[in-house]
Amino acid sequence: MKRYPDAPAAAVDGVSLALATGEFFALLGPSGCGKTTLLRLLAGFERPDAGRILIGGEDMASVPPYARPVNMMFQSYALFPHMSVADNVAFGLRQEKRPRPEIERRVAAMLDLVKLGPLAQRKPGQLSGGEKQRVALARALIKEPKLLLLDEPLTALDRKLREETRFELVRIQQRVGITFLLVTHDQEEAMSMASRIAVMDQGRIAQMGAPDQIYERPANRFVAGFLGAVNLLPARVATAAGGVLTLDSAEAGAPLKVEHERALAPGTAVTVALRPEKMLLGTTANPAWPNALSGIVRGIAYRGEASDIEIELATGKVVRATVANADRPARSALTIGQPVFLGWRRDAAVVLET
Amino acid sequence: MTGRLSPFLAAMMTLGFLFLYGPIASVIVYSFNASRLVTVWAGFSTRWYGALLANEQIKNAALTSFEIALMAATGALILGTLAGFALARYRRFAGRTLFAALVTGPLVMPEVITGLSLLLLFVALEQAIGWPHGRGVPTIVIAHITLGMAYVSVVVEARLASFDRSLEEAALDLGAKPGKVFAAITLPLIAPALVAGWLLAFTLSLDDLVIASFTTGPAATTLPMVIFSSVRLGVSPQINALATILLVVVAVAIVIAGRAVARTRSSAAR
Amino acid sequence: MSARPYTGRWRRLAVVMPPYAWLALFFLVPFAIVLKISLADQAMSIPPYTPLIAGGHLLASTANYRFLASDSLYARAFGNSIWFAAWATCGCLLIGYPLAYGIVRAPLRWRNALLLLVILPFWTSFLIRVYAWIGLLQDNGLINRLLLDIGLVHAPLPLLNNSFAVYVGLIYSYLPYMVLPLYAALEKLDPVLLEAAADLGCRPSQAFRRVTLPLSLPGIVAGALLVFIPMCGEFIIPDLLGGPNTLMIGHVLWDEFFTNRDWPVASAVAVAMLVLLVLPMGLLRRYLTGERA
Repeated sequence: MKRYPDAPAAAVDGVSLALATGEFFALLGPSGCGKTTLLRLLAGFERPDAGRILIGGEDMASVPPYARPVNMMFQSYALFPHMSVADNVAFGLRQEKRPRPEIERRVAAMLDLVKLGPLAQRKPGQLSGGEKQRVALARALIKEPKLLLLDEPLTALDRKLREETRFELVRIQQRVGITFLLVTHDQEEAMSMASRIAVMDQGRIAQMGAPDQIYERPANRFVAGFLGAVNLLPARVATAAGGVLTLDSAEAGAPLKVEHERALAPGTAVTVALRPEKMLLGTTANPAWPNALSGIVRGIAYRGEASDIEIELATGKVVRATVANADRPARSALTIGQPVFLGWRRDAAVVLET
Repeated sequence: MTGRLSPFLAAMMTLGFLFLYGPIASVIVYSFNASRLVTVWAGFSTRWYGALLANEQIKNAALTSFEIALMAATGALILGTLAGFALARYRRFAGRTLFAALVTGPLVMPEVITGLSLLLLFVALEQAIGWPHGRGVPTIVIAHITLGMAYVSVVVEARLASFDRSLEEAALDLGAKPGKVFAAITLPLIAPALVAGWLLAFTLSLDDLVIASFTTGPAATTLPMVIFSSVRLGVSPQINALATILLVVVAVAIVIAGRAVARTRSSAAR
Repeated sequence: MSARPYTGRWRRLAVVMPPYAWLALFFLVPFAIVLKISLADQAMSIPPYTPLIAGGHLLASTANYRFLASDSLYARAFGNSIWFAAWATCGCLLIGYPLAYGIVRAPLRWRNALLLLVILPFWTSFLIRVYAWIGLLQDNGLINRLLLDIGLVHAPLPLLNNSFAVYVGLIYSYLPYMVLPLYAALEKLDPVLLEAAADLGCRPSQAFRRVTLPLSLPGIVAGALLVFIPMCGEFIIPDLLGGPNTLMIGHVLWDEFFTNRDWPVASAVAVAMLVLLVLPMGLLRRYLTGERA
């Protein structure tokens, strides 16, 4: 069990996390949110002004990095240029003064795991970006740390490689069973790999939970806006009954019905968050839609698997809808300037109180 | 920016290089002149080289200079590396401003001042504590170390400034203590800069006339001092021969060094 | 707040102390001694100067300084030094800038070789490079012989042992020291800027004047300040190549010390050089190049 309540001034404040052993966790947030500081605190390169870092029950806050059971995969890989791949990977074990045969055996096994066996004698300068990353991973994993930190592992890779590596990392993590903590500003990276995510904003945790949880049910405007595109409609509560809120929204121009577990007092100001892909489009109004608006198509961006449609409502507000292109009839009927009807279900949107 | 040289620029560059190498070339050419006089070419001859090799005074001076340079360069390397390291890594400590000024001082100080001040120090020290007993090789070595360490520190500091600290952090993360990190990671990677610094200090010591003249004693004569006293009287063919030998040695050394650098760069490719 | 390596207090001390102590003893303290001796008087003793305290009296006097101020020789030498150094620095710049610029613009595969060619003289003996000019500049030297043979002149030109030779010597010897900072500054120049200038309608000569030159100014300043002070205090060049009218202050110091055996006056000259030349230029250099404290 790992727990890190700590509060160094300014950069990270009042953060309290607990990671389960063997979990793949992600710290997600924009630059400057404090995630890198938290990472360095865990690795041991910074010391907290207040708080504790418990790993396996022991407080590590004042333990230097070389004495912690934590290893890091650096964003720039930080491979030792004057050593071969095998020597890089063996470095940690050599510091532990392991016997030679054991080191050789474990290095070979680790290189096999990351599929770099034939490149063992190459120097980092002769490797591609993806290969360098695997060396960095192997080097960190071989010491079997209690916690592995990954600093923006996919950011430097091109798109194709990113997708391959994503699956690789998850596969390896499940295979070795080590707790992974990933730090990134890319929400796709975090959501696709981690089983739990903490979204950070200005030194604090904005929301923590499983990827689908925080995506579908964001707790506040920051999280809603940070993870993917979202339509935000300011509104006021009109009535609350049976788990459904009816809201008045000047920007929407029509009453909205959203499921919400708390019955809020009428008149409360909230924001309704609606993901573009939850919007249903049609050339005619559909009476089955509990929420229905109409507007004019202002822009269409074709993205291969889906299209983003910009629609200007009668109130002047511009909303975005995303439609899968496999859904032929809906797409082929749309042109710029065309009037269109949109709607969504009562459980499609989320009411945000902050 | 690269690739095209305007004719004007090419002409100016050629003139510039001619200017740089003209005198050197003339020295080399005339070292093979059978006649003493520069104006008369009396045919190709290596007699001056022969005379040079038989010249005991010059040979002893060369040995002395070499000895001094070896010791001074090594001392300068050690102290200069420490200084360069301190300046590059320790952003704040008591007396840093003074330290930085002292380290780079010898670089800009005219040599006559450095030489005079060191000599006066040695004299005062001898009066006060009895050491050094007169001046000679040890005092010259001390003086050259003081000068050389300034150059070494500049080289080392520059190298450390562009050093990727995440490599050191990675080593720490993998379990190496700070001392081990320095020995296994930092030192090997800044080694070329250290070699360059040593060579710089070595050359400086070998070539120094002014400071050596001030800080020397009756027993120690360095090569520059011998050269200087010869050339004060005018052109000397043996000096031409000596100059040519030195030039060739330096040129060969630089080419070898250049090749070695290129080879290490390509083996760690990209 | 960080646990970086090498910041342990004892470790820091171990790294900083040796060079600090060495320099304090062998660089800083000597200046104090120079000052002390500049206040003494020449004496027929070993060492050849009067002690600071004798018979309970302080024997210090500023006589030497008054002597320096009164004898125009020293003022002239100072003036000469600055004059020669200033013009020679300009000369280095005029010859060095095209060299550095050309190397930066040369095809990449030539660049290293060209740099090597510029650096090579720097590694060979300073003394010998100055000496080489004697053979070229003397009355029956190469240059005069060439001019006579061509018929350009009918009598050898006095090229040695005068100001001309000193200028040539200074420019020649310090050229590599000027080229290197210039090259470093020009190399950092992003060629994209010149392309942008061309795209916006600048002719090459205009682009040079408005983009390259201003951006290379730090390199120019660095190179100029690097060579100016040592040039002022130069001894070998005025001694080997100069004449009666080319008195420079470094040479004066040497003469006072070795020829006149007047250590106190030599010390006074040194202090004067420090106060009037080295310190102001050093401060200027720090200010202009923004060196970290």
